[in-house]
Amino acid sequence: MNNTVKFKIDGNIVTAEKGQTIVEAAHAAGIYIPTLCNFKGVKPKGCCRMCSVKINSRYMTACTTPVSDGMEVENNIDELVDMRKSIIELMFVSGNHFCPSCEKSGNCELQALGYRYQMLVPRFPFSFPQKGIDASSPKIMKDQNRCIMCKRCMKTIKDENGKNYFAFKNRSNKVEVVLDAEMGKTMPDDLAKLAMENCPVGSIIYKEIGYNEPIGTRKYDKTPIGSEIEV
Amino acid sequence: MKEKVVEIISKYNGDRSRLMDILLDIHDWQGYVDDASVDVLASELGISAAEVNETISFYHFFSNKPRAKYNIYLNDSITACMRGRAQVEQAFENECGIKFGTVSADGVFGLYDTSCQGMNDQGPAAIINDLVFTNLTPYRVKALVDGMKEGKEIKDLVYEANGDGNNADPDMQVMVQNHIRKGGMLLDKNFEPYAVVNNMLKDKSPEDVIQIVQDSNLRGRGGAGFPTGLKWRFGRRVEGEHRVIICNADEGEPGTFKDRVMLTEFPELVFEGMAIAAYATGADIGLVYLRYEYRYMLDFLNRKLQEMRDANALGKDIGGIKDFNFDIRIQLGAGAYVCGEESALIESLEGKRGEPRDKPPFPVEKGYLDYPTIVNNVETLAATVKILQNGSEWFTSFGTKDSHGTKLLSVSGDCRFPGIYEVEWGTSIREVLQMCGAENVQAIQVGGPSGVLIGTRDIDHLNKTELMNWYKPSGMMTAEKFFDRKLSYSDLPTGGSMIIFNKDRNLLEEVVMNFMDFFIEESCGSCSTCRSLPQIMKEKLEKILSGAGVRQDIDDLLSWGKVIKVSRCGLGQTAANPILSSILNFRHLYEEHIQAMTDYDNTFDMEGLVKASCDFVGRKPVFHNS
Repeated sequence: MNNTVKFKIDGNIVTAEKGQTIVEAAHAAGIYIPTLCNFKGVKPKGCCRMCSVKINSRYMTACTTPVSDGMEVENNIDELVDMRKSIIELMFVSGNHFCPSCEKSGNCELQALGYRYQMLVPRFPFSFPQKGIDASSPKIMKDQNRCIMCKRCMKTIKDENGKNYFAFKNRSNKVEVVLDAEMGKTMPDDLAKLAMENCPVGSIIYKEIGYNEPIGTRKYDKTPIGSEIEV
Repeated sequence: MKEKVVEIISKYNGDRSRLMDILLDIHDWQGYVDDASVDVLASELGISAAEVNETISFYHFFSNKPRAKYNIYLNDSITACMRGRAQVEQAFENECGIKFGTVSADGVFGLYDTSCQGMNDQGPAAIINDLVFTNLTPYRVKALVDGMKEGKEIKDLVYEANGDGNNADPDMQVMVQNHIRKGGMLLDKNFEPYAVVNNMLKDKSPEDVIQIVQDSNLRGRGGAGFPTGLKWRFGRRVEGEHRVIICNADEGEPGTFKDRVMLTEFPELVFEGMAIAAYATGADIGLVYLRYEYRYMLDFLNRKLQEMRDANALGKDIGGIKDFNFDIRIQLGAGAYVCGEESALIESLEGKRGEPRDKPPFPVEKGYLDYPTIVNNVETLAATVKILQNGSEWFTSFGTKDSHGTKLLSVSGDCRFPGIYEVEWGTSIREVLQMCGAENVQAIQVGGPSGVLIGTRDIDHLNKTELMNWYKPSGMMTAEKFFDRKLSYSDLPTGGSMIIFNKDRNLLEEVVMNFMDFFIEESCGSCSTCRSLPQIMKEKLEKILSGAGVRQDIDDLLSWGKVIKVSRCGLGQTAANPILSSILNFRHLYEEHIQAMTDYDNTFDMEGLVKASCDFVGRKPVFHNS
């Protein structure tokens, strides 16, 4: 049985498979570590920093770090809870996130995390940046006001030759996730829907259908994010 | 036009990982990368146009809009600002008739700000059409621009003689000066190039070489200080079809320019160090990642590599050792500080945006094209040659108990003799200040903006735990004055950048603001924290400097500075250091600015905002209390 690994999260012993990341192992064991940019089935890239945990008093992203025997992970400690709350607040003030008018409200992971971490007024000042909306594709709209640069669309939405529909543009706080102009024009319907589905926020909106589900019955309306994992 | 792009792509075998070279060639040919070329690149390389633009838009020296006939990149590092950059900037704008950040309508002039370009000891400097112009003054700017208006070749506008040493080499010919002020084991012209590779390696096994380097306790000279021998051992242990040695010559930390001088005067040492590393680790691929700002050295360095091949110190069966095959290629960067981080550097070498990778896996396990990769700094590699030549015991006789050998310091700012000083580890800050003729010193920035700003003030007023957290792993300096601190891995580690500020400098408005602008500009933008927080913290500092701050604002800066520590790479983790370190060591400067008697934020200006909104809709505000 050398294919299993035993390690600890906040003192609780977790058994995991070798090669699993801390997030995978924790979630399988019913321990919630919040994530945003992480997405099942694609290579993780610690962009949002939400899953930061402490190992040997160093910060590590739980979505990218593989488990190892005897590892001691600190997760649900005051310091990290406040850290995660600040990251959510940071995302809210860095974009223009107006939940009441957003199609994704109730299905939005950022909003759900805001509730889970009981965000009230962000500690950082709002920047209300001027950002655009790219509606050139007949299938989707890419609203830069709501984008949190998680890269999920960049990693999951590709054509049959592996070409990416989405890519980064620029660097620093001017970075944006943009849709390839040509590929956007011929985007197949199923990919467009998948892009909207994979987007954790309301930055990718499928055109023509506002929403099928009324507010009040959406994913995070009744139970908080993470409750599907926690035992 | 399309043919030309296809031709350039085929020169690199249509290899997507050579996108940097392809884009550099397109720039050399037509000055920028137009949309049509992007489309050709996309279809030929099998990626989307958005992905091509992802790389182009990341790098400072790439452009997808036409640039000018004369492209003037004016250095905006702090020392340039201290040496009259504002007047030089004004002169350029007046003479060219345009603002910085724009291209003139006739396409003759383009003015751009650019981060530190490794000329801190001779700034303000500018790169104009790839040529370096140092010691700029408004008078010189006028002469330069007049010459450009006459349509002269840029090389005919040079106003100073060639610099010393190899700066005057036929393949270099630049006005850059080495300013070597103090030599030591590395800066010593008295050595026989490639003697180790050609004569000594054949009597040693790779394991022997690693052991010697490990016994010398050599640690990475780029700043992080990882033990070099251990890194080589790890690299050797990992299985791989190829192994790769990378020389990190992306010297981007503002205030450091020692690698420029090493590569100018001692390229043989650096390249020989790479060959030794290759022998020790079993690597067959060698890459030098040279920052774009040092492009003027490229022909010279390539010639040196050829001389090395001719001497059988590179190529096949090196030094007569059968199957020891290794060669070196120089890859130019394109203007991005973050590419000095080893995994970002590797991404850039693969033709992508320079975004650091998550670790683990470390490059020694999975690096360039997923091969085991060892990334070493220029100075580290040079030191290995001396260690092999003289033995590890000789090397450990220099320095202190925990830090052996010497360190190259790049000293700049307020001192009489800025330049390169090779000192033994254990030298105190005070000694360095005496060497370079610095007087009336207020503060010194050790290790560049990502390092620490230290001062003469007694540190007893600081909370001890706070202090320990900040200057880890230092544990023995509580009662000392800062300037008696010693350069060493246990007290004050450094990559070598030292910028001196005298008592006339405004540390917050000039220095800290300049450093924050640097981090804001140079973030890769991947982590949520490093992308947004430096800007927010800078605005908070602006609020304090405007006189509107309260004590809570200082506390906010300290606690927000902790959030950024969860960023992926060293750039992100240290991006708040200019503010955090100045609060810790120069808190009185902050205290002087805040409203001491106010404990709430009173910056909300209702009348001003009402007026602004009335102006917007064309109404007239009436205030009843005024």
